[in-house]
Amino acid sequence: MEATVVRTGTEGKTWGGGNQPLGASYGKLMMWFFILSDALTFSGFLAAYGFSRFKFIDSWPIADEVFTHFPFLHGIDAPMYYVALMTFILIFSSVTMVLAVDAGHHMNKSKVTIYMFLTIIGGAVFVGSQAWEWKNFISGEYGALTTKGGNILQVLNTDGERVALSEVAVPMGRDRVEHESNTGIWFDQGETLPTYNLEQIKAGFMANEDLLLRTQILTEDGEKTILTREESLAKLNKDAIGTVEGANLSENEYGTPLFADFFFFITGFHGFHVFSGVLINIIIFFNVIIGTYERRGSYEMVEKVGLYWHFVDLVWVFVFTFFYLV
Amino acid sequence: MAHSTEHVHESNTKRIWMVFGILSVVTIVEVFLGIIKPEILTHNHLLGMRLLNWIFIILTLYKAYYIAWAFMHLEGETKGLRRAVVWTAIFLIGYLMFILLTEGGYIYDVYKNGHVAWDF
Repeated sequence: MEATVVRTGTEGKTWGGGNQPLGASYGKLMMWFFILSDALTFSGFLAAYGFSRFKFIDSWPIADEVFTHFPFLHGIDAPMYYVALMTFILIFSSVTMVLAVDAGHHMNKSKVTIYMFLTIIGGAVFVGSQAWEWKNFISGEYGALTTKGGNILQVLNTDGERVALSEVAVPMGRDRVEHESNTGIWFDQGETLPTYNLEQIKAGFMANEDLLLRTQILTEDGEKTILTREESLAKLNKDAIGTVEGANLSENEYGTPLFADFFFFITGFHGFHVFSGVLINIIIFFNVIIGTYERRGSYEMVEKVGLYWHFVDLVWVFVFTFFYLV
Repeated sequence: MAHSTEHVHESNTKRIWMVFGILSVVTIVEVFLGIIKPEILTHNHLLGMRLLNWIFIILTLYKAYYIAWAFMHLEGETKGLRRAVVWTAIFLIGYLMFILLTEGGYIYDVYKNGHVAWDF
């Protein structure tokens, strides 16, 4: 009986029990748990990206050659401007979110409503921009040749400017006609034909003395290696096995398919977070409008979704750096 | 509820706009450097990485600090909560990055110096 400790001697201290050492409500604490675990998930993906990139450090695609589009500026080379704009939009929606939280602390319903609305709009614009970015990446721009080893050869002119496959290809008879399901039994169709086949590109390349090839191997300056005319012809005849336009999970006209895989997976996973963030924000937005939090006497729910929303912004800051800048 | 009883919240709007300004300026600087790529930063290396990339990563962490501290309001949380979140992330992510990047670099060397042909 005497051994039973009745008093611990820590009463009244922070961790002595009977109080809330972290000073955060259950909901907020759980949101922090979620955010931390989600942060570790994202860092797992980004670390895997880093692993693959270090593995192919001298042949990784150069991001500002990949993402060069800007809406309504067709054909103008605008590296990274659009993604910088997207970053702004997301940061700004984070600002409106934190302003909504701030207005919530003052129980100012109309301000919370306006700022939540702006946040939702910002998130929606961001997801839309991401979709547009995907569309450009999937459809590609110039096209390239692929080799037996799965590497990419891109066509340049002697001024060092990229030349699209459509400008190189010589119209000539094709080796086969695409077999579509409407010309035979409905469930049977052939592989999709490339827009230009290798023979057309080869003929066009031979005919035009101005054309060169470049490989995906990076030089000391971080530029792709440009072959001489003789090397280009030799490479074309010896190694090239087909053409590739745009990017998908198995091929990528800009370089290693791993780049495309990681791009789709990581920005897709992030985009999914933004999308669910927008949905959650919409739910909270309507709750604000119908006065749920006004009656509850606290806008803490806005604060909790705010945490999630800022986290999505935080992740984007890292994705932006590691995909587009570094 | 905890909020109304503990202390009266002052309006932080001024600080919020200031943080927005900082984040915007840093992003502009990053994009600007990314486009012009000054030779002095791309030709000099520190610990095997270009100076430019170090600058990008440091600026990113700088932005992350402001987002976490000002927007996610970590600066207002208790020390315990703040440390539980930040140190957990820093140790685990740092460890993961170190292991995977070292391993990636090793495989690069194997591809480069070993008898594996992959450029064909």
